[in-house]
Parts: sequence; structure tokens; C-alpha cells
Amino acid sequence: MTRSARSSGVPGARAGDTVRTEEDARDGDAVPEGPPPHDPDRGTAGPAGSSRRAETGDHAGNPGRAARLRPVTALTAVGALLASALAALLVGAADIPPGKVALQLLDWLPFVSADPGLAPVEQGLLWELRLPRVLLAAVVGGLLACAGAAYQGVFRNPLADPYLLGAAAGAGLATTATVVFARGDDQSLLIPAAAFAGAIGGVLLAYALGNIAGRGGGTATLVLAGVAVSSFLTAIQTFLQQLRVEELQRIYSWILGNVGGGWSQIGLVAPYAAVSVVIMLLHGRLLDVLSVGDDEAASLGLNVARVRFAVLLAASLATASAVAVSGLIGFVGIVVPHAVRRLAGGSYRVVLPLSLLGGGAFLVLADLLARTVLAPAELPIGVVTAFVGAPFFVAVLRVTRRADA
Amino acid sequence: MSGRDTDGGAVIRRTADGSGADGADDRDGRDTAGGVEVRDLEVVLETRTVLSGVGLRVRRGGWLAVIGANGAGKSTLLKAVAGVLPHSGEVLIDGTPVRTLKPRERARLLAYAPQAPALPGDMTVFDYALLGRTPYIPYLGREGRRDREVTASVLERLDLSALARRPLGRLSGGERQRVVLARALVQQAPVLLLDEPTTALDLGHQQQVLELVDRLRLADGLTVVTTLHDLGVAGQYADMMTLVAGGRVAASGSPAEVLTGELIAEHFDAHVRVETDPSGRPQVHLERPGRPGRRGRPDREDRPDREDRPDREDRPAREGRPAREGRPDTPSGSGARTEDPCR
Repeated sequence: MTRSARSSGVPGARAGDTVRTEEDARDGDAVPEGPPPHDPDRGTAGPAGSSRRAETGDHAGNPGRAARLRPVTALTAVGALLASALAALLVGAADIPPGKVALQLLDWLPFVSADPGLAPVEQGLLWELRLPRVLLAAVVGGLLACAGAAYQGVFRNPLADPYLLGAAAGAGLATTATVVFARGDDQSLLIPAAAFAGAIGGVLLAYALGNIAGRGGGTATLVLAGVAVSSFLTAIQTFLQQLRVEELQRIYSWILGNVGGGWSQIGLVAPYAAVSVVIMLLHGRLLDVLSVGDDEAASLGLNVARVRFAVLLAASLATASAVAVSGLIGFVGIVVPHAVRRLAGGSYRVVLPLSLLGGGAFLVLADLLARTVLAPAELPIGVVTAFVGAPFFVAVLRVTRRADA
Repeated sequence: MSGRDTDGGAVIRRTADGSGADGADDRDGRDTAGGVEVRDLEVVLETRTVLSGVGLRVRRGGWLAVIGANGAGKSTLLKAVAGVLPHSGEVLIDGTPVRTLKPRERARLLAYAPQAPALPGDMTVFDYALLGRTPYIPYLGREGRRDREVTASVLERLDLSALARRPLGRLSGGERQRVVLARALVQQAPVLLLDEPTTALDLGHQQQVLELVDRLRLADGLTVVTTLHDLGVAGQYADMMTLVAGGRVAASGSPAEVLTGELIAEHFDAHVRVETDPSGRPQVHLERPGRPGRRGRPDREDRPDREDRPDREDRPAREGRPAREGRPDTPSGSGARTEDPCR
């Protein structure tokens, strides 16, 4: 049969019929249709494939859906964030009964009126301290976790974190320089600005160095450049802080992180956060494409360098704005995306938004611990994230390992 | 893949071989305008010229095997044709210069599967195959119903539907190779560039994957360009062959023209015996230097190159291989001597 097909005028199409029929028989497909439409001029798999899908479409059920955020998962994550925020609002160093706090929160909602009977001082404390603190923790945690996930996607390395490319060292240097050299005036705006510029500067320096050394090449040179830039900037920062030992306390308290900045800091971070998060979330699918490697992604028509640059830029912007208002909070950017991956799958379309929500929840809870464990004293939040994060991560690993088995 | 699968493919394979020569001939006249053509390709990596002056020609629906020793530039050649390496020279698909196409347009014509594809362990088979739709999805868009349908139909065709939801990290080697193939097919490109599609597969899985490629090629009229390090395998499947050595094309033509003992000895530094099987395809057998081989083999008359060969290549198995340049450690006698203790 095949021999005659070969010697006929359209060998490809006729041989195709033969194969197709065999496949149909094997699939148990009882109604083989006529020859699939085959376009001899283009010879693609296209029309044939799709018609075949149409004829056998449903008996195999739904063989797969694209990885994307399921509504249930998203709602769960939003719920977790809201629950942790609520918990963090209800509990605090000041002894306000949680019930009254809850009523006050309801009262602040539009169209809702409740009478919590809180003194104006207590109201002010809630509005000026606790609420912005929880919000800032949520924003910073979300930014760092989302940026961490994005960095991991760009570098295809699960150990990448938002500080990989010198953002932390740059911000640390700039802040230290500000603390050391700026005299007298109000530093509440100066330090965030310096930290932001330092973080962006550090990343750009690493990126430029990586591109010079690697000639637009792979991510390995970029990582190495980040390491080099980080060490270099950290060396300068250490030197500067030795110049003014009396400022060590301030420098360290900044480095260890703090989300008690108040509404003004939220105003500072909000625009950058919005822009960078939107860009990162839009690139979820492209990060999935990138995960098969540069060559393959390029062969799929993707401009790898452009995607990498866009995502790095957005993630660095997110990191820089988070660092500017909260200092250097470690661990969030690496642990949260991993936990998300273990719990909800590896597609960046899932990992990025869930890291945003999960990072927010995580940092809100970490901050809750930081300010209540030794109340009225506060632990640095960077200490808490690592202290709590590590066991939490181990727990996630254990739970999901059991689920795998 | 089931054994039946292979058998079905093999039937087609053999008959195709039987009539292969004339079939190819009567199509050549019609189809030389189609397919892939590469002219004067040059690739410079860093400062090293890896490929220069490389030309290829594959008719539409043909299977070209690029062979060559390790480091000859086979993979580089495929990458350059796929457009993922900077190169000079011209790559034409159906007469259209690839250079004039946007990357996404190019990706609809050329599907490329690298030698060692990165398979993210927690990505599902379906999601991975779906990536092949990337050239059809706008930059920040998302895939639509048709993209999912095409993907599902390809998975079904490759017997992968049952694995659609399985993460890539939990596939066997043969399954992985089929999944990579599925990803390339989902691209719906008329040209498949496969870099060593059978690396790390055992004999049976090699055969299954290559039979599958051949079936798809015949069914859809795909043009296939593969690098294959196994010359025997290459000789069985390809209808055209290009031997790359030192970044240049050393020989090009039908498998019987390229797979000669002399060319293989010269460019692979290997010691082989080439026979012709009943279907006219060359079969390559490795021979151990200095070991008395099978005598009275039927390949004497099948190797027309044998007569005009220089003496150094003749009768190597019996008398021990004469020393060649670059291999001073195997003089004629020593091969036999070193063999002795092993017996």
C-alpha cells in the first residue's frame, strides 16, 4: 500500500493517510474521517493536526489546561493575606482589646458605621502606627517575594534572590553614605531616596559589567558580576561606616530592616510598586518560555535579551523601592517563591502572583512577631524573617515531600 | 511507546526504503525550490571561526543528517540555521531568506530542539508542549483555545495524552525525547531541526523516536534536519547527508556517497567496514584494529572506493592497522600485541 502511495503524485499526503489510519485504529477511534486537509504548498502539521483534534477531541477528556492561577488558589492566597493582616491589626504592643479594634476597622470601612468606643489616642495609634505598618509590611513582603520569583525566573536559578545583582550592597552603601555625610537635616526622605538610587545603581553596574564581560551572553556572567559588584560596594560601605563608628547603631538598624515607616513611606513606595508588579505579572508566561533555556526560547521567536532586561528592570525597581522604605529584609525573596512553587506548581504565571500575596502575608506575620515577642521592645524584622522563615520552609518541604510520595 | 508503534513505523520505513531512490528522484525535479537551503554560512564565536563556507540543501519533505566528529560544528550549524546564533551567510526556507523574517515569523517556519533541552522538572507535559505556541501568541498575550487544541492534538498523536499532566521531572528518557518532539511539532513549522534527538537513549528508544520522526515527516511533509552522531543510525534514516569537518562541509550527498570507509576514516579517525543492505542503504560496522575480523565479508564489491584507496587503508583488520599520522601510538604490530592479553 505504501509503495503505491509513494509512486503516486503526492507521496507525503498519501503516506500520511496511511499513518493516520493506523493511529486512529490504535486510538480506538471508530470513525476515521476522510483524508485530512493537507496543504501541499506549506506542508505544516497545522491543518491536519487541528482537524484531527476536532474529530477525536472529547473522548480523551481534557488532556491539559494551561498552567494558570485558579480562582480557588488566588482566593485562598488573598484570604491568607487578609487574615494575617487582620491578626496583625488586632494584636500589638498597646493594650487595645481586639474586639474594639475590629469594630474600629469596620467603622473605617466605607458605608459601614460602628461604635468601637475607642479613645482618640487609641484611634490615632491604630490609624497612624498599626495600620500603615501592616500595609507597608504587606507591600514590602509582596514586592520582595515577587521580585525574588522574577529573579529566579530570569536566572533559571532557584537560589537567586532580589539582592543577587548588587541591589542590597548598593542600597547599603548609599544609605551609609547618607548617614555618615548628611548633616543635621531631616533624613526621613533622604535615606529612602539614597537607598533607592543605590539599589538601582548597584543593579545597573552589575548589569553593565556582566554585559561587557559576557557580551550579551548568559546569565552566569551576570551573576558573577553581581557578586563582584556586591563585594566591591560592601567593602566601600564597611569602610565608610568605620569612619563614623558612632553611627553604627543607626546603620545597622536600617540594614536589619524596619517596616514602621508610616503612611509617608507607603506613599513613596506605592507608584514604583504598582508599575513594577504589573510588569512582572505580565511577563509570567514569558518567564515560562525562558525556563527552557536561552537557545530554545530564542528559537521560539522570543527576544530573550529583551524579556530578561524588562523583567530584571521591573524586579530591580520593586526591590529598590522595597529596600528604600524598609531596609534590607532577607529571606522573603527566596523562601516565599519556593514555598509557593511547592504548594501550587512551578509556572511563573502562578508563582509570581502567589508570591506577591504570600510574601505580603509572610512579612505581615513576621512583623507581628517582631513587635510582640519581646514587647515593648522590637526585634529587627530581618532577624525574624530568617528565624521564622527557615523552619517554615522546612515544614513546607516536609509536607510537600509527603504529598509527592 | 508500544511495540506495535514501532512495527507500524517499520513497515512504512522498509517500503519507503525500497522505493526510496526513485521516489526521491521524481520529487527532486518538482521540489528543489522548496525545503531548506543554506549558503555560505559562517559562524564566529568569540574570535574563533567555528563554521565557514557551509552550504546545505534539503528538498521539502527530505531528511538531512548532519554528521561529523565531536567538535566539528554540527550543533553550531543547527543553531545557526535555527537563528539562535549570530551568523553570516544565507538561510532560505522555501526560497525566503530567514534573515528578513521577524523572530516570531521565523519560529513558525523552523522548529528547533536542542541536544540537551532544559526541561523544568515541575512543568507539566502539556504546559511544556504548549510553549511551542509561543510564535503565535502576542508578546504579552496568552494562549487561546486554538493553541490548546493544537497542543492537545499533537500530544495525542505522539501518545502523550495520558502524560499530559505529569511533570517533566517524572518522565523516562524516551518520554522526554517525545515530549521535546511534541513541543517542536506544536510549533507547526514545516522544518524540524533536531540536534541529536537520540542522545542518551537506548537502542530501542532510539529506533522508536526516529521512526516517529520519520512517520511525522512522511505524514506532514516535514523537512527534517538532524545531527546524528551514530553513523549507522544516520545511514538508515537520512536520505541526504552532509559531513562536517573542521567547520566546513567535507562531503555531501546520499548516505551511500557520504558513508564510505575512507571518509569515515579520514574525518572520524574511526575504523569501520561499510556494507550495503538490501534496500541500498549503507550499514556501518565498527571494526577493532588488529583483531581478525569476519572474513569473507560481502562488502568487497559493495565498496567501489576500495580499489582506488591508498594502501594504508586496505585490509586493516587482518594485518593490523598501519600507523597513520596523528596516531603514532598504534603502529601496525602493536595493535595486535595490546589485544593479546585481553583474550
